[in-house]
Amino acid sequence: MDYFLTDEQKMMIDLARKIAREKIKPVREHYDEKEEFPWPLVEEMAKADLCGVYIPQEYGGFGAGVMGLVLVIEELCKVDGGIALALAATALGTFPILIAANEEQKKKYLPEIAAGKKLAAFGLTEPEAGSDATAMRSHAKKEGDHYILNGTKCFITNAGEADVYTVFAKTNPDRGARGISCFILEKGMPGFEFGKKEKKMGIRASVTRELIFNNCKVPKENLIGKEGHGLIIAQGTLDASRPGVAAQALGIAAGALEEAVDYARTRVQYGQPIASFQGIQHMLADMATEVEAARCLIYQTAKMMDANPGKRTTKESAMSKLYASEVAVRVTTNAVQIFGGYGYIREYPVEKMMRDAKITTLYEGTSQIQKNEIALSLIKESAGKK
Amino acid sequence: MSNQIKVIQDKCIGCALCVKSCPFGAIVLVDRPEHPKKLKLAVIDLHKCTFCGACMEACKKFGAIELIKEEPINLDIDPSHYRGIWVYAEQRHGEISPVVFELLNEGGRLAKKLDVPLSAILIGSNIESKAQTLIQHGADKVYVYDHPIFVEFLDDPYSDILAHLLEQEKPEIVLMGATNIGRSFASRVAAKIRTGLTADCTALDVDLSNRNLMQTRPAFGGNIMATILTPRHRPQMATVRHKVFKPSQKDESRKGEIVKKPFDAEKLINRTNFLQFIKDTSAKVNLADADIIVSGGRGLGKPEGFRIIEELAEAIGGAVGSSRAAVDSGWIPYSHQVGQTGRTVSPKIYFACGISGQIQHLVGMGSSDVIVAINKDPHCPMMKVATYAIEGDLYDIVPWIIKEIKKQNS
Amino acid sequence: MNVIVCIKQVPNTTNVQIDSTTGTLKREGVESIINPFDEYAIEEAVRIKERTNGKVTVLTMGPPQAESALREAIARGVDNAVLVSDRAFAGADTWATSYTIAQAIRTIAEYDLIICGKQATDGDTAQVGPGVAEMLDIPHVAYVKKIEEIKPNYMKVERMMEDGYDIIEMPLPALITVVKEINTPRLPSLRGMMNSKKAQILQLTAEKIKAEKDNIGLTGSPTQVMKVFSPPPRQGGMKIDGSPEEVAETLVSKLKGSQLV
Repeated sequence: MDYFLTDEQKMMIDLARKIAREKIKPVREHYDEKEEFPWPLVEEMAKADLCGVYIPQEYGGFGAGVMGLVLVIEELCKVDGGIALALAATALGTFPILIAANEEQKKKYLPEIAAGKKLAAFGLTEPEAGSDATAMRSHAKKEGDHYILNGTKCFITNAGEADVYTVFAKTNPDRGARGISCFILEKGMPGFEFGKKEKKMGIRASVTRELIFNNCKVPKENLIGKEGHGLIIAQGTLDASRPGVAAQALGIAAGALEEAVDYARTRVQYGQPIASFQGIQHMLADMATEVEAARCLIYQTAKMMDANPGKRTTKESAMSKLYASEVAVRVTTNAVQIFGGYGYIREYPVEKMMRDAKITTLYEGTSQIQKNEIALSLIKESAGKK
Repeated sequence: MSNQIKVIQDKCIGCALCVKSCPFGAIVLVDRPEHPKKLKLAVIDLHKCTFCGACMEACKKFGAIELIKEEPINLDIDPSHYRGIWVYAEQRHGEISPVVFELLNEGGRLAKKLDVPLSAILIGSNIESKAQTLIQHGADKVYVYDHPIFVEFLDDPYSDILAHLLEQEKPEIVLMGATNIGRSFASRVAAKIRTGLTADCTALDVDLSNRNLMQTRPAFGGNIMATILTPRHRPQMATVRHKVFKPSQKDESRKGEIVKKPFDAEKLINRTNFLQFIKDTSAKVNLADADIIVSGGRGLGKPEGFRIIEELAEAIGGAVGSSRAAVDSGWIPYSHQVGQTGRTVSPKIYFACGISGQIQHLVGMGSSDVIVAINKDPHCPMMKVATYAIEGDLYDIVPWIIKEIKKQNS
Repeated sequence: MNVIVCIKQVPNTTNVQIDSTTGTLKREGVESIINPFDEYAIEEAVRIKERTNGKVTVLTMGPPQAESALREAIARGVDNAVLVSDRAFAGADTWATSYTIAQAIRTIAEYDLIICGKQATDGDTAQVGPGVAEMLDIPHVAYVKKIEEIKPNYMKVERMMEDGYDIIEMPLPALITVVKEINTPRLPSLRGMMNSKKAQILQLTAEKIKAEKDNIGLTGSPTQVMKVFSPPPRQGGMKIDGSPEEVAETLVSKLKGSQLV
C-alpha cells in the first residue's frame, strides 16, 4: 500500500533496511543464542544517525518524530525484533525528557542520546506494581539539594547497558497517583545498582534487569517537571511510545509474512509449491491483510501525534499497540504453521519470530490494559458530549 | 566522423534478440503505438554502448542494426617493424612463477604459427642462472636484467626497464601471467607505451592474415566471453590466467641465446621502496597454484568445521579455500576466499563442502576440471554444476573420504 | 590530506539469475551499484580524511546515470563528486579510460592520494588503476590490504601477494588499489543521505578535461572487441548415492580413475 511517504521517510526506511539486511541478519542467531547485548550493532545504528530520528534537530536529532521512529523500528524488526529494542527502549526512556524536561536537562541529555553515544531506559514497573503503577513502593525523599531514592524496579529493558534512566518514585506517598515524580538517573550514581539479568522466552538480544536504589542521592536538578507530575509524564510517555512497540510487532509480523510467502513459493509437496494450495493461500491472505491493517493504524496514529504535539492520543496509541501485537502473535504462529516441522527448528527464522512476538502483547501495558485504556477513552468521550 | 550505431525502424520487429545479446545492457525495447502491428522497437543507449557489434550479430536475420565504425586513425606504427613473441618470466624470491612455463608453451605454439622466435624477459637479482631454465622450456632468446635494484618486484623500475626494451626491440606480442604482479605491472607498461592490453585471457590464437592476436577472456565473472584484438598498436599485450595452458616440457638439449642489455640503474624511475616481505604461514599450499582445493562454506555451520576441511586438504595434498559466507562469519581469513571478491582459481579438483554455489562463488572456480559438491540441498546451484554431486551431511561424508584416501595412499 | 577515489557503477550481480537456455545473465531489472571493490576505496578515503582533516573527492567516468553512484558515495562520507561523462567517451577500453580519468584528475585538483578498488566486477581487468598512475606519472601500489602509515608526502602500505604480503613505502602523491581485506565499509548515514541529495556534482566533458580526440572513446582505444559470446554452460555431472562409506569409495575410485589423485 502506498502511504505517500516523504523522500526523507523513504530514505530512513532504506537505511534501516540496509542495516537490518547487511549487518543484523548475519548475526541475529548469534545474539539470540548467546543472549548478548548487541553493542556493535548499536554502533552501526549510531553511525547511520538512526538513534536520533525522533529527537528534534535542535538537540542533535533528525527531527522525524514518532513517525520516523515507527518506520525505522518496523524495518529493523522485520529482521530481528530483539536487537532493534536497544533503540526502541531508549526512545521509551527518552520520551519523559522530550515531553516534560526543562531546556537545561534537554541540552544535557538529548544530544548524546541522539548521537547514539548513550542509551536510555525507562523505570516504572515494580514487582508489586505492574499494570497498576500507583502501587509502586519506590520513594524519593528530599534532603537539601538532593532526593534520596530507595526501592526496586523490575523488567527494565536496557538496564545496565544504558547510561540515562528516567525513573519514577513516590515523593508524597499520601497523595497516591499525584504523589509520583520522575527523575533522571545516571549509571554510576552512588547507591544505584543493577539486579539479576532475566532469562526470557524471546527478544534475547535485549537485556532485562532490575534497577536497585539504595539511598541513591539524586541532585534536585534531575527532577523532571514538578513534584507529583510523574504519573502524567508516564502516561504521556506511554502514549508516545506505544506506537513504537506496535511498530516492533508490525515489523516482526511483516518479516514472518515475507518468510512464509517465500517458503510457500519454494517448498514443493505433492509435486507443486505449497503456495498453490488454497489452504495455504487463505492463511497468507489473512496474514497479509492483518499486517496491512496494523500498519495503517500505526502510521495514522504516529502522523496524528506528530501533527498535534502535546495532544493526548491515549486511545489511538492503545489501539495501535493492541491490534499490532495481537496480529504479530497470530501471524508469526501461522508462519511457523506454514513452515511445518521446519518452522519449529531453530535453523529457520520463524520460530524466533514467534518467540519475539509474544512480548509485544505484554510490555508497556498488556493487551487487557490497552483495552481498558480504549474503553475508558470511549466512556470519557461519550460523557464529554453530554 | 565518430562511431555511429542505429536501429533501422522499418526492419526492427521488436524481437528482443539484440536486447539479450548486449553485454552492456544498453538496449531496451520501447512501445511503438503508431506501428500498424504495435510491434516494439529496440532503442540503443549510446552512453552505455561500446560499439562491440554483438547486437548486429544477433540481428543478422533482420539486419535492423547498422554500425558504422569510425575510420581508424593512422598511428605512427608500421606493424611489419614488430616481430617475435615475448614472455615475461615473472619470478618471485628468485623462483620462476609456474605460469611462465605455461606461457612458454602457448607462446611457442603461436611463435611457430607466425614463424618467429620466442623470447623471454627475466628481471631480478642473482637471477641469471634461471635463464637456462627458460631456454630449456622453449625460449629461443632470454633478455636478462640482473641487478640488485630488481631484487623485489616494484612497479616503477620494472615497468621502466621493460617499456624501454619493448620500444627498442619491438616484439609483436607480449604475454604475461595474470598474477598480482603481472596485472599491476603490465597495466603500467601498456599505459607507458600506448598499446592495448587484454587482461586475464583464457584462450589465444593468431590471425595469420594480419598477425593479430585473438585474445579471449571472460567478463562479468565468466558469464560472457569476449574476443579482443589490438589491431592498430604493437606490441599486443595480454595477461594470461594461470593453469589455463599446460606447461612446456623441459628439454635439456635446447640451445638459446642469452642477451644482457646494458642499462643505467641510477636512471631508472624508482620512487617506491621495498621494506619487507611477510610470508603467509597459515596456508600450507598456495591457493593460486594448487591442483586440488578443498573449500568449506556456510554449511560447515561453525568455525571448527574448517578442521575437517583442513584434514581432507592435507590427506589429498590440496589447499584450503572458502566461500565468502565463511570469511564474513569470521571462520577463516580472507586470503582463503574463492570467488568474485576473492581469488579466481582453476584447480584440477575443487571440493565444495557445504557451499551452495552463489553466482559470485561459481565465477571464481567454475573453470575447475572436476568439481565435487557435498551438500544437504540437492537443488542448490553447486550440485547442478558439480562433476560429482553428493547429497548429504558433509560431517558424515567427508571423514569417510579422508579415510578412503588414506587407505589408497598407504 | 586530500584524497581522490575513482569508482565505477556496475550491474549488481548479487541476485542475478542465469538464463538456463542461453546461459547468459538475465539483465532485466538488474540494478546498478557501486563496484563492490570501490566501496573499500571510499571507506579508506573517508577514514584518511577523518584522521587527517582533508577532503575526499569521488570521481567516476560513465553515463549520466552514474550520478547515483556518486551520490551514494557522498552519503558514505565523501565531500565532492565529479562525473566525467561525454558521448565521445563511449567504447573506451582500459587505456582510453585511464587517459580520460587522468585528464579529469589533472583538471580538478590538487591531491595527495588516489584510491581505486582493485578491479571492477563487470570488466575484471584491474588495469585502470595502474594505468591512471602511469598517465599521471605518479607511483602506485596495487592490491593494498593495509595502510600502515600515512603522513604528508609519505605512506607505507602492505601489498597482498599470492604467498604473503610485501611492505612498501613511497612518497605522495601516489595511487593505490585496494582489496577487500583493508576495511569494512560503513553504511550511509541519514545526514550523509540528506547531503547527497543536495550535493552539486561537477560535470566534466571531453572538452573541459582537454582530452585529445585520438585518445578517448572507441577511437582512442588500442583494443577492440571482435566478438562477444556466451560460454557453453557447464554440464552437470553425476550424482553419487549410497551410504557415506560407499559414496567415499565411489568418489575416490572415480578421481583415481581419472588420475587426478
